[in-house]
Amino acid sequence: MTGCERIGAAFEQRTGRAALMPYMMACFPDEETSIAIGLSCAANGADLVEVGIPYSDPLADGPVIHEAATQALRNGATVQASLRVAKAVSEAVPTVVMCYANLVLSMGWEAFAAELVEAGVSGLICPDLPLEEAPEALAALDAHGLALVPLVAPTTPDSRLAEIGARARGFLYTVSVAGTTGERSGPAAGIDAVVERARANTSVPVAVGFGISTPEQASSTADAGAEGVIIGSRLIREAATAADPSTAVGLVVKGFADSLR
Amino acid sequence: MTEVEHRFGPFGGRYVPETLMPALVELEEAWVAARNDPAYEAELGILLRDFAGRPTPLYRAERLSELTGGELWLKREDLLHTGAHKINNALGQALLAKRMGKRRIIAETGAGQHGVATAVACARLGLECVVYMGAEDIRRQQPNVERMRLLGATVAPVESGAKTLKEAVSEAIRDWVASVETSHYIIGSAVGPAPFPAIVRDLQRVISDEARAQMLDRTGELPKRVIACVGGGSNAIGGFAAFLEDAEVELIGVEAAGEGLDSGRHGAPLTAGGRPGILHGSLSAIMQNDEGQIAEAHSVSAGLDYPGSGPQHAWLRETGRATYVAVTDADALAAFRRVSELEGIIPALETAHAFAWAMANPGERDLLILSGRGDKDLAEVIARTS
Repeated sequence: MTGCERIGAAFEQRTGRAALMPYMMACFPDEETSIAIGLSCAANGADLVEVGIPYSDPLADGPVIHEAATQALRNGATVQASLRVAKAVSEAVPTVVMCYANLVLSMGWEAFAAELVEAGVSGLICPDLPLEEAPEALAALDAHGLALVPLVAPTTPDSRLAEIGARARGFLYTVSVAGTTGERSGPAAGIDAVVERARANTSVPVAVGFGISTPEQASSTADAGAEGVIIGSRLIREAATAADPSTAVGLVVKGFADSLR
Repeated sequence: MTEVEHRFGPFGGRYVPETLMPALVELEEAWVAARNDPAYEAELGILLRDFAGRPTPLYRAERLSELTGGELWLKREDLLHTGAHKINNALGQALLAKRMGKRRIIAETGAGQHGVATAVACARLGLECVVYMGAEDIRRQQPNVERMRLLGATVAPVESGAKTLKEAVSEAIRDWVASVETSHYIIGSAVGPAPFPAIVRDLQRVISDEARAQMLDRTGELPKRVIACVGGGSNAIGGFAAFLEDAEVELIGVEAAGEGLDSGRHGAPLTAGGRPGILHGSLSAIMQNDEGQIAEAHSVSAGLDYPGSGPQHAWLRETGRATYVAVTDADALAAFRRVSELEGIIPALETAHAFAWAMANPGERDLLILSGRGDKDLAEVIARTS
């Protein structure tokens, strides 16, 4: 099965109304614990897991994920170690790696794609690689059957959304609010319209992320028609503060999974 | 009207979160429209003349020329309102923002000169202004922080990483991602995603347009070399632009060698070489480790303390049209004193790097872009040399 097919199957076989996709950071707080966190996500209802690779200058991330990346790097995190984490988690659940473009460019798109296949990863999200800069990445990932998952934002105009939606692989990462990653209170205003607009412009599943930090928000996002819900900063905060990060993150993930039943 | 470059050779591009892409498209359209609108040119021209103090003089540095046996001409951007070339870009972009109906301005600053210039432009045009500044830079450039606050700007300290310019740019971009529909980001150097490097160059080009005409007027000839310091590279690209077609004019960018290129503690990605990388939305010469993590820069001057460089500089280096060299903290500090004593001009620590190189390598007829004045650096220099 190719990466794209694994992602497709994960969405089809989801147990909840929307597929639950927790975000974790590789090597945060350390390599071993981050593997345990990923496995705990899988055991507590995650349909897919998004594995972030720590980066020094994460422009799309808010303070929680930025700080986690800084700490992971300070503790010696590397791309290779992060790919080991992704590999261990991929054995339990389909994974998608989130990685900033410069780290991929450093290795080369083709070499990076080969590493992802080797690690059993199904797809890649590059938060700073918009459509215009993506052709080389798309070709390299397509050649390996991996999904280059694009992002769309509330600011993306319709014509552009259609173009991105047509080239989307795996799922369409739909950013719910204009802003960086981070927890936000209350329901995202206009989430129905955001989902509907994305839905109308692509044939792959629509997954919503950025700012979803409570089970209630996850539930209303599923109600709005999202086929996937991505939880990031809320879980990183848990991993950063809990005495037993993998158990604590697992509990929070379970709460989200229950809300999507 | 030539089109707005997205790439300079392979360098440049738009490596930004999707949320910003429509804003970059809108900005490019607005910029093309403004440049073709005589009303914009006229309004900016009046602001530059009567508010900022253009044209700036071309000045023959008699005693330095005598000392080195060369001939050194200075383009006096230090005499501009706010004391540096940054005002050229800040006024141009603030006017542009107003045309676009954006009432809130975001900026980053290292040495504080761009922050002050943006705060001044916003005060003049009645725009809200938020300036991101690394906590370390706030410490070393306190007078500029006070100036910005006096001008009504909000100075937002940035505590991440090395707490200097790189983090300030990142934080400004994050703000813009969240506020893009109502805010414009006035980037301070010729860096960032397209169309910023082209816009900043076009707005700073006035430096070399004036200097080229002034050199011809005063000496009947073009300079043999144009020398400018390079952090992100806005005064350098503005100082080079009008000379790009004059193949006989050598263009020299002076970066910060910090504690020495071999120490790894420097701000000289163009001089040090290495593979290109992506920083703050464009592909250019940057400082990074083997895996592509961005390295921390180091320089005694906050304005050169940056691990990236403008994409057009990377291309000028690659094509051989411009040459890049680097000067250490120690040599820059020595030049800072020497220029003050010999010419009665206190240069910015950034510009002191260009002076140090020019004094060590005197030329027959050099034009040096005196990008800013050094009052802001007094406390730091005194602390380091006493």
